[in-house]
Amino acid sequence: MPTLWFCLVAVMVAMYTVFDGFDIGTGIAHLFVARSTPERRLVLQSIGPVWDGNEVWLIAAGGTLYFAFPALYAASFSGFYLPLMMVLWLLILRGISIELRNHLQGAIWSPFWDVVFALSSMLLAVFFGAALGNVIRGVPMDETGRFFEPLWTDFLPGANAGILDWYTVLVGLAAFFALGMHGAFWISLKTRDAIRERARVFAARSWYVVVVATAAITVTSFRLQPQILRNLTDRPWGYLFPALALVGLIGAYRYHAAHREAKAFLCSSLYLAGMLSSAAFGVYPYVLPAVTDPSRALTVHNAAAPLTGLRIGIVWWSFGMALAVAYVAYTYWSFRGKVAVDREGY
Amino acid sequence: MDVALAVHRLHFAFTVTFHYLFPQLTMGLALLLVIVKTVALRTGDEHWAEASRFWIRIFAINFVMGVVTGIPMEFQFGTNWSEFSKAAGNVIGQTLAMEGVFAFFLESTFLGLLLFGERRLGPRGHWLAAFLVFLGAWISGYFIIATDAWMQHPVGHAVGADGRIELVSFWGLVGNPWALWQFAHNMIGATITACFVMAGVGAFYLLTGSHVRYGEIFLRVGVLAGVVATIVQLYPTGDGHGRMVAEHQPATLAAMEGLFKTERGAPIALVGQPDVEKQRLDNPIFVPRMLSFLTYRRWLSEVSGLEAFPRENWPDNIPLLYYSYHIMVGLGTMFIAVMLVASWLLLRGALFRTRWMLWILMLAIPFPYIANTAGWITAEVGRQPWVIYGLMRTSSGYSHNVSAGNALFTLIGFMGLYTVLAILFLFLVRREIEHGPGAAEA
Repeated sequence: MPTLWFCLVAVMVAMYTVFDGFDIGTGIAHLFVARSTPERRLVLQSIGPVWDGNEVWLIAAGGTLYFAFPALYAASFSGFYLPLMMVLWLLILRGISIELRNHLQGAIWSPFWDVVFALSSMLLAVFFGAALGNVIRGVPMDETGRFFEPLWTDFLPGANAGILDWYTVLVGLAAFFALGMHGAFWISLKTRDAIRERARVFAARSWYVVVVATAAITVTSFRLQPQILRNLTDRPWGYLFPALALVGLIGAYRYHAAHREAKAFLCSSLYLAGMLSSAAFGVYPYVLPAVTDPSRALTVHNAAAPLTGLRIGIVWWSFGMALAVAYVAYTYWSFRGKVAVDREGY
Repeated sequence: MDVALAVHRLHFAFTVTFHYLFPQLTMGLALLLVIVKTVALRTGDEHWAEASRFWIRIFAINFVMGVVTGIPMEFQFGTNWSEFSKAAGNVIGQTLAMEGVFAFFLESTFLGLLLFGERRLGPRGHWLAAFLVFLGAWISGYFIIATDAWMQHPVGHAVGADGRIELVSFWGLVGNPWALWQFAHNMIGATITACFVMAGVGAFYLLTGSHVRYGEIFLRVGVLAGVVATIVQLYPTGDGHGRMVAEHQPATLAAMEGLFKTERGAPIALVGQPDVEKQRLDNPIFVPRMLSFLTYRRWLSEVSGLEAFPRENWPDNIPLLYYSYHIMVGLGTMFIAVMLVASWLLLRGALFRTRWMLWILMLAIPFPYIANTAGWITAEVGRQPWVIYGLMRTSSGYSHNVSAGNALFTLIGFMGLYTVLAILFLFLVRREIEHGPGAAEA
C-alpha cells in the first residue's frame, strides 16, 4: 500500500511538472520570444485559461503527499523552510503578474508585469530543480528525524549540505533549460508567424543545453546517490524510465525539425515525466535520504500513514482523480487551437 | 508563551486572515452571480446580463488574490506546523487533498470558461459555467471547514501507540456534525459579505448618479438576498453552531460570554470588559437569564463558568476571544436591522430615492468583512490551548526545527508582499467600479 501511494504521488508530481512546467517554461521564454507588447499579450493569452488549473496539480499533489506520507510532509516542508517560503512568494508574484498584466494598457504597467512574470518563472524553475536535487542527494537529518537546511553552506554535497551546492544548482539549471524548452514548444504550438519562429529557435537552442545538462546530472546523480545503481541492478525493468526520457528527448528534436509542434510538445512532456520517474525509481525506497547516517532516512515505509487511513484514501482518490482528468481534458479541448489577438476576454 | 510558538501562531493568523478577505467574497458572489444570471436567462434582459459581466470581473480579481494567498495556507501546515502535521496528517491531509481533487479542478476549469467563454458557450452554457464555479467554490469551502471542524471536534479517527492519528471513518470525518453547522454558518457569512458589497456598490452608483440602471439591479439583488441571509445567519445557523460549542467546548463558551462563575439562570452580557486577573466582567450590561435560555432552552438551567474548568484548559487569550465574539454578534444583529429596513423600503418602491439608506448601505461595505474575520478569530482563539481539541496542544504542534528568527523573517516577508497585493487589489477594484458595467453606454 505505501509503495502504491509512492507511485501515485510520483505520478501527480510528474503531472504537475508537465502541466505547470509548460506555463513556467512559457515565462522563461517570454521575454526572448515575444518582443512587442501585443506579442507578449498573445503569449499570456495562451496560458491564461489554463495556468490556474495547472497549479491545482501542485495543491492536489501536496495534499496527497500530506495524507499518505505525513512524516515526509512534516520533515521536508519544515526542513526546506526558507526555500519553500521563497517558492510561495514567487508563485504569488507570478500568479498576479499573469492575471493583472492585461487589466491596464500602458507604458509602465504591462512591461513591468512581463518582467515579473519572466523572472519569477525563471527562479521557480531553478528552485524546483534544486528541490529535486536535494531529494536525490539527501538531507542532513538529525537523530530525531528532523533537519533544517540553510540556504547554502560550502556548496559541497556532504554531511553539512545546504539547499544549494554545486549538484543541486546543476539540477536547478537543468530544470531551467528543460522547462524553457518545454514552454517554447508550447508557445510554438499556440502561436503563428514571428513569435512561433522565435519560439522554435529558442526551443532548438535549449535542446542542446538540455542534452548536455541531462548527461551531467545523470553522471553526478549516480555518483552521489548509490541507491540508483542498486535499484537498476536489482530491478532492470527500471531502465524503462530513463529510456522514456531519452525517447522523449530524441523525439522532441525530430518532430521539431519536422515542424510537428504538437508531437514535439508531447515528447518534451515525455522527457520530463521520464526524468522524474527515473528519479523516483532511483531513490526508492527512500523518500528523503539522509546524508548524515542512512538509518535516519525517511523511507516509503517509515514515512507512510497507517494502513486503514491509506485504504480509505484510495477509494475517494481514484474517483476524484477520474473526475479531475475529465475536467482537464475538457479545458484543453475547449481552448484548443492557436490563440489570436482580440480574442474574447474579460 | 514561547517566542517561537508565538511567531508561528502569528504567521498562520496573519496569512489566513488576509487570505480569507477574498474567498468570503468569491464564495458569496458565486451564489449571487447564479441568481443574476438566472434572471438574465429567464427575462432575456441585457442589463442583467451586463450586470453579471461586471461582477464576473470583480470576481476574477478576488479569485486570483484568493488563489495566490491560498497556496501558502496548505504549505504552512508542513512548514510551520510540522509536529501537528506529522501526527494528524493522515486525517487532515485527506480533506485538504479532497479540496484540490474535487473542488479546485472543477472550479478552475469552469472559471476559465466563465471568463473567456461566454460567446463560445451561449447563454445556457455560460449559466452552467457560473453554476459549476459556484458549486466548486462551495465544495472547496466544505472541505476546508471539515478540516477545521475536525480540529475543533475530532471524530472518525484512531490514535496509534506511537501517537500518530489515522483516519478510520471517511463518513465520520466528512459528516462531522460540527462541520455541517460551521459550514452553514460560514457560507451564509460569505453570502452576507457579497450582499453588502453588491448593495453597497449599487448604492454608490445611485448616490453618484452613474450607471443608475445597474445600481438598481445591484440593490435589488443585494438587499433581497441580504435580508434572508442575515436572518438565517442568526437562526438557525448561528444558534446551531453556538450549541455545538456549548456541548463540545464548554470552557470556550464560558470565555466567549465572559462568564467566570457557574450560574443557574445565567445572564448574557451585551457589553463589558473581561478582567481575567480578578475573574470578573467590568462595566457589564446584562440581559438576565438569556444565556441559560439560548444554551439549553430553559431559563433557569445551569451554565458552567470558567471556574468549573482547570486553568490550563482555559483559552489563552480570553479578552480577544470575548471581544471577537461580541463584535461578530453585535455586527450580525445590526446587519439584520439594516437589511430589514432596506428591504422594506425596496418593497415599497422607495429605496432608490431614500438617500440616507443608500448612504448607510454604501458605508456598510467593510463591516461584514470585520464580522467574518471576528467570527473566525472566535473559532480559532476559542479552540486554544489546543491545536486539536482535547488531543494535541498548540504548543506541541509547531515546527520545533524552525527557529523564531526564521519564522519572523518569512512573516515580515509575507507582510510586505501582502501590503503590495492589498494596494494593487484596491487600485484595480476601484478602477472596475469607476468604469462600471455597460462599457458601451458608460
